[in-house]
Amino acid sequence: MSSEMIVFFILAAVAAISGILMITRANPVNSALLLILNFISLAGIYLTLNAQFVAIIQILVYAGAIMVLVLFVIMLLNLQDEGPLREELSKRHYANVFFALAVLALIIEVLGWQGGETLNAMQQMAPNAVQNGMVQNIGDVLFTSYVFPFEVTSILLLAAMIGAVVLAKKRFP
Amino acid sequence: MIPIHYYLILSAVMFITGVVGVLTRRNAIIIFMCIELMLNSVNLTFVAFSSYLGNATGQMFVFFVMAVAAAEAAVGLAIVIALFRNKQTVNINDVNILKW
Repeated sequence: MSSEMIVFFILAAVAAISGILMITRANPVNSALLLILNFISLAGIYLTLNAQFVAIIQILVYAGAIMVLVLFVIMLLNLQDEGPLREELSKRHYANVFFALAVLALIIEVLGWQGGETLNAMQQMAPNAVQNGMVQNIGDVLFTSYVFPFEVTSILLLAAMIGAVVLAKKRFP
Repeated sequence: MIPIHYYLILSAVMFITGVVGVLTRRNAIIIFMCIELMLNSVNLTFVAFSSYLGNATGQMFVFFVMAVAAAEAAVGLAIVIALFRNKQTVNINDVNILKW
C-alpha cells in the first residue's frame, strides 16, 4: 500500500466518522465542532487530488466563515441539549433511515463492485492534474470562460446580505 | 495510485449521512449543518472527476457551490433567528404553521 493511499484512508476515515458522530450528538456545539473536523479532513482529501485552490477556500470559506457563523448563532440562541435521540424516533424515522441506507448500498454496488468501464479506466489522475488545480490555472478559466457566472455570484451574495439583514431585523415587516 | 471509486464511495457515504441527519433530527440548526455536509460531498465528487479527467470546469463548479452555500448560510441562519424570536424554539415539530 503506497503512502498516499494510507494518507487517503486516514483522512477518509476521519471524514466519515466525524460525519456520523455529527448527526448523533445531542449538543449542537459538539455537532458544529465535528462538522469543522469533517471540513478540514475534506480539505486534506482535496490536496491528495492536487486541488490546492479548492482546499484553501474550503478551509477559509467553510471552516472559517460559515461554521463560525453557525457556532455564533448556536451560542446566541443558547440552545440546550436535546433529549435522547432514540426516544424521539418513530417507526417512520426508522423506515426513512432504512431506505437511505438501501440507496447507499445501491450506489456502492454500482460504483465499487460492478464499476462502469469508464470508471475502471480511471485508475490514475490525468497527466495535467497537478497544474490543473493551481491558482493560476483556476483564475485563467474563471476569468475567461466563466466570467459571467462569476459576476452573477456577486449579485447573489449582495441579495443574500440584504435578505439576511432584513430577516434578522428587530421588527419583522 | 488511488482509483476514483474510493473518492466516489466516500462521497456517497457522506451524502447519505447528511440525508439520514435531515430525516431524523428535529433541530433546525443541525438540519442546516447536514445540508452543508451534503453540499460538501457533492463538491468532493466534482473535484475527483475534475482531477481524473484533467478538466478544470469541475473546480469552477465547486467555487460556485461554495458561493451559493455562503449565501444560503447567511439567509438560513437569519430565518432561524427570526423563528427563535417568534416561537422561542428551533424544534421543527413546533413550527407547523404552514402545515396543511
